[in-house]
This record gives sequence, C-alpha cells and structure tokens, in this order.
Amino acid sequence: MVDSKHKWKAWLYLSPALVLLAIFTIYPIINTIRLAFLEDYNMMAAINGKVFEFGFKNFEKVVAYRGFTTCLKNTVLLCVLTVPISTILALLIAVALNSIGPLRRFLQTIYFLPYVTNSIAIGMVFAAMFNVVGNISAEPPLIVTAGIINNFLGLFGVEPINWINVGSPYWANMTVMVVYIVWNALPFKILILLGGLQSVNKQYYDAAKVDGTSRARVLRKITIPLLSPMIAYVVITGFIGGFKEYSSIVGVFGEGMGPGDNLALNTMVGYIYQSLEGQHQGRASAAALILFAIILAVTLINLQVSKKRVHY
Amino acid sequence: MAVKKNREVIMHERDIEKTSQLQIVKTVFGTFFRYLFLLIVAFVVLFPFYWMIISSLKSLPEYKLNVPTFWPQEVMWGNYAEAFTAANLGTLFKNTIIVGVVSTILSLVITILTAFVFARLEFKGKNILFAGLLATMMIPGELFTITNYEVVTRFGWMNTYTVLIVPFLVSVFYVYLLRQNFMQIPNELYLAAKVDGTSDLKYLWKVMIPLALPTIISITILKMMGAWNSYMWPRLVANDEAHRLITNGLRNAFTAASGETNFPVQMAAVALVSIPLFLVFIFFRKYIMKGVSRSGIKG
Repeated sequence: MVDSKHKWKAWLYLSPALVLLAIFTIYPIINTIRLAFLEDYNMMAAINGKVFEFGFKNFEKVVAYRGFTTCLKNTVLLCVLTVPISTILALLIAVALNSIGPLRRFLQTIYFLPYVTNSIAIGMVFAAMFNVVGNISAEPPLIVTAGIINNFLGLFGVEPINWINVGSPYWANMTVMVVYIVWNALPFKILILLGGLQSVNKQYYDAAKVDGTSRARVLRKITIPLLSPMIAYVVITGFIGGFKEYSSIVGVFGEGMGPGDNLALNTMVGYIYQSLEGQHQGRASAAALILFAIILAVTLINLQVSKKRVHY
Repeated sequence: MAVKKNREVIMHERDIEKTSQLQIVKTVFGTFFRYLFLLIVAFVVLFPFYWMIISSLKSLPEYKLNVPTFWPQEVMWGNYAEAFTAANLGTLFKNTIIVGVVSTILSLVITILTAFVFARLEFKGKNILFAGLLATMMIPGELFTITNYEVVTRFGWMNTYTVLIVPFLVSVFYVYLLRQNFMQIPNELYLAAKVDGTSDLKYLWKVMIPLALPTIISITILKMMGAWNSYMWPRLVANDEAHRLITNGLRNAFTAASGETNFPVQMAAVALVSIPLFLVFIFFRKYIMKGVSRSGIKG
C-alpha cells in the first residue's frame, strides 16, 4: 500500500521534468533526424500543410555546397590548432602553479577570470586590440592607429599587419581566432589539471628526489602519466567544444563570420544556424547530424587512444 | 693513515657542500623562472580586461592616437552614460534579469524534485530512465534547436519571455550533479524521518536542501551566468526590441550602426556587460570553480 502510493508520488514529482524533456529534448532528437531525410524541408511551408518527400537530397546538398567545405575546414583547423596549444600551455601553467608557494591562490584566481566572461563581449575587446583604424588595404595604406597588437609587434620592427579588417589574409584571421580561443579555453583546463596535480600522491615525487631525477624526467615519467586521465578529459571536452565553435567568431567578426562579412571563417554550427534562419530546416538538420557523427567519431577515437595511453 | 682518511672525509664533505650549493642555485633559478613564466601568463590573461577598461575611458581622438596611451589623459566617464543609451542597455539588462531570475527559480524547483526522485524514491524502470536521460547529454544542442525553433513557432511563442525561459528549464546535467550530492546523504536519515511520519517534501526541504546547499548555489550561479551569456537561442526566437537579451543587444548595437564606430563607447558597453560577471565571480568564486570543475560546460 505504502509502496504504490510512493510510486504515484515519484511520477508526480518527475512529471514537470519529464513533460519538458519529452517536448524539448526527446521529440527534437527524433524529429530532427526525420527532417534531415525530408527533401528540402521548409518549416513555414510545413506549417502551411506542405508534404515533403523522403530522401537523401539534404545531405547531398550540404556536402555539395561549396561554403560547407570552408566550414568544415575552419572547424577542423580551429580544433587541431587550439586543443593541443591550450592543453600544453595549461599543463605547463598547472605544473608551475603547483610547485610554488606564495601567490598561488592569487594567480589561480587570475587565470580563471577569462572563464567568467561573455564570449561575444570579450571577442569585441580582442577585435579592438587587433583592429586597424584607417584603411590598411589602400595603396598606400592609411593607418590612423594600428591597434595595440601591431604597436607591440612594432617594437620588434614588424610592419602593421591587417589582422581582421576588410582584405585581411586568412592566416591572420585564423591567428586572431586561435589566440582568442586559447585564451578563453585555458581557465577550465588549468582548473582541471591543477585539481589533478593536487591529488597526486607526494610519495612519487619524494622517491624521484631521492634518486636525483631531473625535473624534465619527473614531468615526463611521473606527472604526465599520473595526470593522464585529466589530460584525456580536457582533450575530449576540448574537441567537443572546438567542433561547436561559433560565438567566439561572432564576437570578433560579427555575424558575417569573416572580414567584411565574407563568411571566410564560417563554422559547422554557423552553417547550421544560417540554414535554419534561411528556412532550410532540412539542410540544417542534415548538417547537425553530420556534426553529431563527427563529434561522436572524434570522441570515440580519443577514448580509444586514451585507453592505450591513460594510466588509471 | 689516520690523517689521509681524515682528508678524504673532508674532501667528501666539500663535495657535498658544493653539490648542495649548486642545488640551491638551481632551485633559486628554477623558482625565478617559474614565477617569471607565471607572471607573464597573468599579464597576458589580464591585458584584454585592462585594455577594455582604459579604452572605455578615453576620448575618441585619444583612442585614435598613433602612439597609444596606457592611461587616459582625460577620464571620460561620460562614455558609460553614452553606452547605456546607445546600446539601450536599460531594457536589455531588465529583460536579461527577468529571464535569468524566473528561469533559475523554476529550474531549481524542477531540478531539486527530479534529483530527489532519482536519489531516494524507488520505482520500476528508474535506472533505465536515468541512463536514458544521461545519454541525451552527448547530443549537440544544435540538434534540439532546429526542432525547438519549429515547435515554439507552432506554439505561437515567438518574441515572448516564455520562449526564452521554458524550453531549456531542465538540464539533465544539473539533475545529475544534484542527484550525486543527494545520494551522499545517508539513507538512514530518510528512513528515520519516514518513521517519524515526516512527509517527503518536508524532509526534502528540512534536510536534503540544506545539506546540498553548496551544489544548489553552484547550479544557481551557473544558470544565471548562462542566461547572461546566451546568444543563439534568444537571437533566433526573441530578437525584437521588447525581449532582446544583453549579449544580442550588445553585438547588434555596434554592428547595425552605420558610419564610424565610437570605439571607447563600444568598450564601455562591453565593460558594463562584463562587470556584473566579475562581481558574481568575486563573491562566489568557490562555488563557481567547484561547479565548473565537475561540469566542463560553460553556463
């Protein structure tokens, strides 16, 4: 008797969550998969009663679309560049931070600051730092102020570079994005790796000290293996986040996703949103499924690699 | 013989002294370089914030000087007032706070109830249901957004507060986080309360919520920050003057405007959006860092 009353109550307490999840999480998974296979699905037309045929046209269109290759290339490039750079930097910072006494907590707090920011807002600050006021692509270039980064590089005799303005080269745009994304990704990675370091048993280090092992060797042979589960974790979450890169680019370049709104830095997620807003929901769904498949594959590869390398 | 042996011992001691001196020099250098490295990193981390603040206080002519100044010649507090009106920040703040507060409260109620059921109550299929919910966490949010966009259009929710609050009220991740915390509370307490005739809800309110308060605070802050930083969904479904949220408004205010950008005013607006986040961080650092280290998600 008590038990059945209990069950009834359990479902009552669960009902708000289950209703919301059913409508806004479970149904969308099924429906988005369905939309991906409805040829040229358009939401507005669907609401007006149009019926769509089943087929693979959406996927064909996504893959054939020239801009999609750019999106895929940009997304992969950003991942491949930012994940290793930010992981290695975070590891060095965490190890250094773990080995000092005074100022540790203070520095740790400072390093965490980029996490509690609005990626659009700070993207605009980075844009201001790299921005050249004037017309740098004119002949001869008209530079009112070159921006603080160019000023800094000027100290080493580097000519002002057109980082983000109209006519700027792809590598310069990419450099700005890599700098911004790494800056933004460090706090989380430092936090996790430092947490890992603090839970490492001190005995290993004492033993190494007795043996007179060099610092570099300690790092390679003790710290990294013991930290490998955390490293695997930040690499995997880094890749997942990297494949969904979007708002940091909007922060620096605006919705045009590139200098002069030329979409040169468009990403997979950017493509999905543009298709969605352009009333090509079928194509957006197909692209979202492709993105999901890529993330799943990369995560599985990462897990497979870490299974061989990670020492638990 | 005795003298010779003594000498050997002395030589050996000298050797030890030498190596230990070398050791000290090495340690001093090591510490020096470590601090140097860490301070350079701190400088790089802080520089954008510094640049944001000082740029926001310069006049436009000073901002455009060929050789940059590192401290404003004349502090222009007026930029902040101008930013406030130019970007219509008053309405944007109001909207964001309404959406943030309402969605956080509702989300907490639902999350606590759900976590309680999964942590304490028993019913058939509980574990399968919970595993199924966890599995949805792997799926990228864009996949949901596509269908939800259509669903809220059909519901007629476009350009309302409802559309900003309801669809993302339940976060499986927060349910998971809180359930883990609830599970650590000994079951004996619950059984004792049952014997005393305490109702489930009273037990939840009097015992479990106080004990899990740190986690609940973490969830509250992360959820509020999420509302403050959300960009894509609000842009898609509520981009009208009356309901626009802060992040969107900020980006729009300075891209839509034609003509020359007033950079100092733009930086002032950016600072106004960033400062509340810093304040929250200063006061709730511990909860934020704890929540983040267990989640790995932003907002």
